Amino acid sequence: MSDKSVSPFVRLIEALGQPVLSFIEGLGEYILFLRQVFYWTFKGPFRFRLLLNQLADIGYGALFIVVLTGLFTGLVIGLQSLVAFARFSAESLVGPATLIALARELGPVFTGLMVSGRSGSGMATELGTMRVTEQIDALDSLAVNPIQYLVVPRTIASMVMMPVLVSIFTGMGFLGAYFIVVIRSGTDPGIFFEQSFGMTDPPDFIEGYIKAVFFGFLISTFSCFRGFFARGGARGVGQAATDAVVFSSVAVFIASYFITELLQPFLHSNGFNALPG
Amino acid sequence: MMSMFEEQLHSMVPQMSEEGPSKEGASTNDYMIEVDNIKKTFGNGPQILKGMSVNVQRGETLVVLGGSGMGKSVLMKHIIGLLKPDEGSIKVDGEEITTMGPTELKRVRAKFGMVFQNAALFDSMSNYDNVAFPLREHRKDMSEADIDKKVRSLFDMFTLDADIHGRQFPSELSGGQRKRVGLARAVALDPQIVLYDEPTTGLDPITTDQVDQMILDAQKALKVTSIVISHDIASAFNIADNIIFVYYGEIIARGTKEDMLKCEHPFVQEYFKTWIDKNK
Repeated sequence: MSDKSVSPFVRLIEALGQPVLSFIEGLGEYILFLRQVFYWTFKGPFRFRLLLNQLADIGYGALFIVVLTGLFTGLVIGLQSLVAFARFSAESLVGPATLIALARELGPVFTGLMVSGRSGSGMATELGTMRVTEQIDALDSLAVNPIQYLVVPRTIASMVMMPVLVSIFTGMGFLGAYFIVVIRSGTDPGIFFEQSFGMTDPPDFIEGYIKAVFFGFLISTFSCFRGFFARGGARGVGQAATDAVVFSSVAVFIASYFITELLQPFLHSNGFNALPG
Repeated sequence: MMSMFEEQLHSMVPQMSEEGPSKEGASTNDYMIEVDNIKKTFGNGPQILKGMSVNVQRGETLVVLGGSGMGKSVLMKHIIGLLKPDEGSIKVDGEEITTMGPTELKRVRAKFGMVFQNAALFDSMSNYDNVAFPLREHRKDMSEADIDKKVRSLFDMFTLDADIHGRQFPSELSGGQRKRVGLARAVALDPQIVLYDEPTTGLDPITTDQVDQMILDAQKALKVTSIVISHDIASAFNIADNIIFVYYGEIIARGTKEDMLKCEHPFVQEYFKTWIDKNK
């Protein structure tokens, strides 16, 4: 449709439609890839050793950055909240507000971003390099399914380790808030803990863990997908790693909103029930 | 017509039958591989294979010659079941593989060993672990001691030292050594068929001769059926029992080396002439 008789309007529609078609095509390919991942997850042999390696890499490997970002997120949220809550003399609510924010939203989202940046890019780069150097074809030729060998352990490990990392992030964030509220502003620690744990409910944490598992699934499958079908040498591998981080980070934010909406009626029947009033 | 992406997926999940065809009716002739009139197109692109037919006898070394982008590698990927043809039939050891599900294909692939152009060794593993990999994956009956014995014998067969080269990683080896480790890995499971994807590309003449000799030695020692994809005429003439010449998805010449030299197809003549001029 590139001849000159085509009207500018049609060309405009074509130009606008092309990215949409590419997106739909990519989504279809991703869904077919997920079908493979599901199929090979439940088909033996189960590779516990590979799974353990991935658990260590995704979990232990991300520990330091999660501890650090969790602590400083708690510190800054605590500090900002303290300024805001002090305006109506409600400093004692900084603890619960921070804890709820961390457990429901900040913990899973920020940990998702950390894991996406660290492990997601690593997965895309490793699998992409294996693709362009024919190592994935070599696995196939040795009668070893590459999705089962490479993708399944990374997906399971991400889904298992994300809630663990979210717990650590939330714990460190809460510690940061404790430092600001108790040590720095002098609030009684008994009040801090009583308010914090009294105003949070198990559903607050359940919501965070559901998100964590789902983000782990999204980040790992998308990153592996980009790496698995990378082409074009070093440049293609670099592009796959960039796409993996960008798309999985964006997907974390989008998915977070929809999961929150979906879970509201089940977990928080009276809306924002954890907040006072 | 399917894209390359769909093809890769197609080969991995059940499409028709998990069980694949029955072994009943498997041919008992001397052909290890029978390719009959296969056609292949990727997406909206040109037809890559245009009704290719070739039979390979047990124990034969067939060299597939031809220029770049003519369909040689696509043919090989069909033979090992990584791609499925749009039309036509492929039998391996008498079994039709084009209708097989992933489980059956996995079983058939165990009959193959494949040596890749750049060896495709797993770069995160030592060379020893690369050779041990197929044994650890498929020979659950073997103890680590048995595997060690087998790996050491393979290193010996390809004139490598398991204690020196085995401990190194693929990136620490020369091109020729990597090819040898690749071949050791490919034959670790005692395959009936070994496929070589341009084994001498990018190697110096001395290493090329060594790789040719390695292929001949492996052939002699293991009695395997070999298919060698190449555009190296000297190498082809060294190792081939038979040669086919592929030109834009069609076989334009087939036979022995002598038959090739007598071939009157202009492209084959031009191909040989260029090579002779280059090597004067």
